[in-house]
Amino acid sequence: MLFGLLCLTFAISHVMPGDPARLAAGPDANQSMVDTLRAKYGLDRPLGVQFARYVGGLARGDLGESLRSRNAVRDDLLRYFPNTFELVTLSLLLAVAFGVPLGMLSAVYRDTWVDHWTRVVSVSGVALPAFWLGLMLQLLVALHLGWLPLGGRLGLTATPPAPITHLLFVDALLRGEWRTLGDALAHAVLPVVTLCFPALASILRVNRAEMLETLGQDYIKTARAQGFSGFRVVTHYALKNAMIPTLTMIGLRYGWMLGGTILVETVFDWPGIGLYAVNAAVSSDFQPIMGVTLLIGLNFMLANLLVDLAYGWLDPRIGRPRPT
Amino acid sequence: MSTRVLSMASAEAGGVTTPEWKRYVRVYARSASSMLGLAVVMLFLVVAAVGPWIVPYPDDARGAVHLDQKLQPPSPAHWFGTDEVGNDVYTRVVLGARVSLEIGLIITVLAALVGVPLGIVAGYVGGGVGETIMRVTDVFLAVPALVLALAVVGALGPGIVNAMLALALVWWPGYARLVQGKTLALAQEAYVEAARAGGAGRLRIVFLHILPNCMSPIVVKASMDMGSAILAAASLGFIGLGAQPPYPEWGAMISYGRNYLPTWWWYSAFPGLAIYLTVLGFNLVGDGLRDLLDPRSRVA
Repeated sequence: MLFGLLCLTFAISHVMPGDPARLAAGPDANQSMVDTLRAKYGLDRPLGVQFARYVGGLARGDLGESLRSRNAVRDDLLRYFPNTFELVTLSLLLAVAFGVPLGMLSAVYRDTWVDHWTRVVSVSGVALPAFWLGLMLQLLVALHLGWLPLGGRLGLTATPPAPITHLLFVDALLRGEWRTLGDALAHAVLPVVTLCFPALASILRVNRAEMLETLGQDYIKTARAQGFSGFRVVTHYALKNAMIPTLTMIGLRYGWMLGGTILVETVFDWPGIGLYAVNAAVSSDFQPIMGVTLLIGLNFMLANLLVDLAYGWLDPRIGRPRPT
Repeated sequence: MSTRVLSMASAEAGGVTTPEWKRYVRVYARSASSMLGLAVVMLFLVVAAVGPWIVPYPDDARGAVHLDQKLQPPSPAHWFGTDEVGNDVYTRVVLGARVSLEIGLIITVLAALVGVPLGIVAGYVGGGVGETIMRVTDVFLAVPALVLALAVVGALGPGIVNAMLALALVWWPGYARLVQGKTLALAQEAYVEAARAGGAGRLRIVFLHILPNCMSPIVVKASMDMGSAILAAASLGFIGLGAQPPYPEWGAMISYGRNYLPTWWWYSAFPGLAIYLTVLGFNLVGDGLRDLLDPRSRVA
């Protein structure tokens, strides 16, 4: 898979009809300038050689350099990725924390007003453009009501804590800088809500559907007949079985969030790899985009691996060697 | 839930000879949300079809400039207000429907044209070829669509055509995987075995037995994808990599309108509402079709 991902990013950057050297040289460059750049980046070599150099560079942690800032892409990614990681993780936690119980309630109280309202949320969440939702939240909550800051990670007066983990929340917590933590939290509310909404909607949806299916199974009826309380049946027997497809959706949605973060970071000026990729893309700065693509692809693969491992924990039948 | 409705309907229809399509229509019409979705999609299609003839200021989609009328709030003359060069936002939103319809159709059709044959080959021929196709599909699915599209547009350069190409390029694996799974299952069915035993060639089996039976999930996916493709193209437009001004594309309009928030809110509020309603409509129709045609694959 990893090899496939490398092939894909290589194909996009080296084989596609776009010409990175021409893009790098800018619109006014003449042919000789383009050729010089092409030789400098090794773009005039055979594809096989280029691929070997590309993979070799990656193995040494060399992701190329940004044409705009002349920074090494690796350093940029290391600087911006923690911000994206915090945004996506918080959003995912929020989406699961609300999506799973709401899906459960919606299934248990099927066809009541609870169910109708959660369905409105679940249908809207998938259809709302994240960037537009973000803008409208900014308009209403930040600009009109003035309750929360407009964007960025910290206010102008706040100083970030000295780095330990490079995760702002964790560092502020570890250093006991409560005001910074509060400021960072206030800045995070709107982006996190915006990013989590579509994921919340689809997690809710899947969980509701699965709960409905599970609640109709015979073993649930048996458990009820044996006198287990409704709450215990729902949470202990039904939810755990409904969680497997829900977990698949959570894994999928994590991937979507890594994509959606591009839009949300752009709207809220959140200094993560999404904003970094967009800034690079609009100025045709090629290496950063490929670096971000690779990093996000890797993350998504890792998340799917975690989901697979979690299956085994939820359903002991999966992944155990058969007794002989 | 709708499976139950469907079986009830078939039971009802059991005694009488109701034509099958009428039964389908009746079942579809029982779901309020499906009908709402259908109404929204119909409205969208009508607006996309007759847009140029019903808008008050047709020139405003082609970069006309009326600086004396710039940034006016919604009023009877300009229902959705005007933008920074005095163009009528209502006109541009209405004409944007056709743009979005084209974008959605092109992406979905291209993706299906690539993905469906590959899926059938992978599922029916199998072997090394099938394995290779599915590995490539997996790689494409391992990168979130929007990120991959961003990378491709980054390589090709911004613009609406490149954005559509990029999105089609990242969209086909969904079809390949769907069709491959379905084909694998169908190849085991008794009637396919029978056809094979009867001496039917591969192509005949594919076109007569496999493809028609894959159509329901493909149609369901396509109707959902219309919404997602429109949303994704608008997202690229918003980032500045999709449609370029003065092309009346909703995402790009929001992107420009963003610079005029909060005072001139109408500039980006209405195009966003249009995206929301359109995507909502296609999703609801997709949901309704799925409950009707393919109830077993509810979760996907």
